[in-house]
Amino acid sequence: MSVTEEVITSEPVKTHRVAETLSRARELAIVAVILVIFAITTIKSPGFAHLTSIQQVMTNASLFTLLAVGETMVIVTRNVDLSVGSTLGISAFLVGDYFTHNAHASIVIAFLIGIGVGAFCGAAIGLIVTVTKVPSLVVSLAALYIIRGILNIIGLGIQIEPTAIPLSFQKIGFETFAGIPWIFIIPALVALGVGFSMRSFRSMRELYAIGSNPGAAQLAGVPVARRVFTAFVVSGSLAGLGGVLFLSEFATVNATAGSGYELLVVASCVIGGVAIFGGSGTVIGAALGAILLQIINQSLVVINVSPFWDSALAGALILVTVSFDRLLSNRATLALRLKGSAARGN
Amino acid sequence: MPLVAISSPLESNEEVPAPLDRHSLAFGAHSLVRWESALVLFFIFDLFYGGFTAPDFFSQNTIFFAGINFGLIAIMALPEMLIITTGEIDLSVAAMLGLSCASFGYLFEHHVEVFLAMILTLGVGAVGGALNGFLVTRVGLPSIAVTIGTLTMFRGLAEVILGTNEVTGFGGPWTDVGTNTIPGTPFAWAFGIFVVLALIYGVVLHFTSTGRSIFAIGLQEEAAFFSGIRVKRIKFNLYLISGIVCAFVGLLYTYETNTARYDAGTGLELNVVAIVLFGGISIFGGRGSLLGVVLSVIAVGIFDQILSIKNVSSQEQSIVFGILLLASVVLPNSARGYRALRKRFGPGSYTSAGVPESTV
Repeated sequence: MSVTEEVITSEPVKTHRVAETLSRARELAIVAVILVIFAITTIKSPGFAHLTSIQQVMTNASLFTLLAVGETMVIVTRNVDLSVGSTLGISAFLVGDYFTHNAHASIVIAFLIGIGVGAFCGAAIGLIVTVTKVPSLVVSLAALYIIRGILNIIGLGIQIEPTAIPLSFQKIGFETFAGIPWIFIIPALVALGVGFSMRSFRSMRELYAIGSNPGAAQLAGVPVARRVFTAFVVSGSLAGLGGVLFLSEFATVNATAGSGYELLVVASCVIGGVAIFGGSGTVIGAALGAILLQIINQSLVVINVSPFWDSALAGALILVTVSFDRLLSNRATLALRLKGSAARGN
Repeated sequence: MPLVAISSPLESNEEVPAPLDRHSLAFGAHSLVRWESALVLFFIFDLFYGGFTAPDFFSQNTIFFAGINFGLIAIMALPEMLIITTGEIDLSVAAMLGLSCASFGYLFEHHVEVFLAMILTLGVGAVGGALNGFLVTRVGLPSIAVTIGTLTMFRGLAEVILGTNEVTGFGGPWTDVGTNTIPGTPFAWAFGIFVVLALIYGVVLHFTSTGRSIFAIGLQEEAAFFSGIRVKRIKFNLYLISGIVCAFVGLLYTYETNTARYDAGTGLELNVVAIVLFGGISIFGGRGSLLGVVLSVIAVGIFDQILSIKNVSSQEQSIVFGILLLASVVLPNSARGYRALRKRFGPGSYTSAGVPESTV
């Protein structure tokens, strides 16, 4: 009797611990791969270990890191948001427009506009998904076209010029703090914050519950619609914030800004161990996945391998990581089952 | 863990499709209130809208250019439709187009005999499709992740093969296929090929046991498996065929533009998926008809052409397309929800209570 009780009480803890270990192992594995690539590149071309090239990697990875964080929240709930590229584009454009038409523009308001535009797009998608119960893949695909179309209409032939963007705002794009570019500090803080809350807060843990089994989550009293809606709003807001950072980095924007980002963002999440079926994966992993994709790009240029190999390698990397994940999760399932049956057998 | 993906990965809510109108999947429609009817209305609207507002709408040029501009997406939509019907997805179609374009350009540049080069290019398509199929069926990976991976990889390989080079000057008798009409008709070759392929696909999907199996897999993969359907083999073959067809589209593209570039058709994958979904194919799998996809291709293709005649840029057209796509899923869904509500609370709910819903 006491044995059974012990099993019942300890099993969820064990499951949780296994999952935790797995995701941590996953993050460490990506860090290891990043370090290996870094080491190889440095051996081939010693100049790579210089601060500027590391800063370059950070700058390049910043937008994708930010988008991957929001995308993770959505994918964990067994949804997907394909509209992030368009949302980033329209936010960048509108913020640029604000600077063009206001001589005394405030940077704080610029950020608010960007995030607000993104949150609005995300809320619209989240509302349609949760109210009509139409699959999010289709809704966000439609949103991708609609938002891009609106951007094309308002931005037809307009190019926001760097002269219109105040220097203090552009500084976010190239100034550093303690050696780290500001444009990377913001996504990193967001990733840490969201990562912490998805690990510790009840409401955010419920996202995992929804992704594992939406029906069961509903029956268990999880406000599924509200949580999914929130995930889309956060994803949209971060894409909006990404638009602001895009503008500060490039200081110029036209109607094509951010097009084609969506699948790369999903790819970053997948590399970072976020299960496309939902229910597992961490924000930190996804952020690391985005950084990994960028460092490959960067190091190919440095070691004089034709940068043409960049996409081919990235694709192969995606396939390898997904296969590897499948292997790991199969083993974990097996281990859990063996443990469970062994305990029950006693 | 017998089978991996039981349901499509990206559905928001575990909405089990009610077993209705399964029997009307073939062309014999039970009711007129189907998505296909809406598409026909949309097509008629096209004709009026184009006839009244676009100059020279009713001319051979319209038909020809609609075929040229939309034919490639249309052809790729056919294999995509079958894959989506099984509950999977293939996002690598446009990248395969690019890879095929690059391979063919490379072979042509190295003076490989044109016909042989074409066969080899189709072979590349087969290998790529088989890779997708292998990873999805044998390794058991989610198709959306796999095909995002192969999308990136195919495009990358195309870049490796051709770099930023541009191969031109193909010429020869095949140029006619890319740029001319089918002799004696106003139709572009691409459109003709689409029609022939659509007929073949339609017959296979709606009038053979393989076609029924495809619907069965999409509805309940596990049940299909236990009733003796070779789920993995069918899916594998669908991916294989998709690879070959997309490589073929790459050849068409090459002859249509008379150039081979690695970035041919970048981003078309989402257009292809969207056109299939607009045809009333459920992203959950198991629902839809080939007629829907054909109608969707024709209606949207002509609409596209009208907007082009009216000098609306293709970027601006995307907003219309997005709204149409959204409407195509939201409206039927709302109608279903309304019907379900009426069944529960409406008149007659007492009499029908407890009586199992027999064949509709």
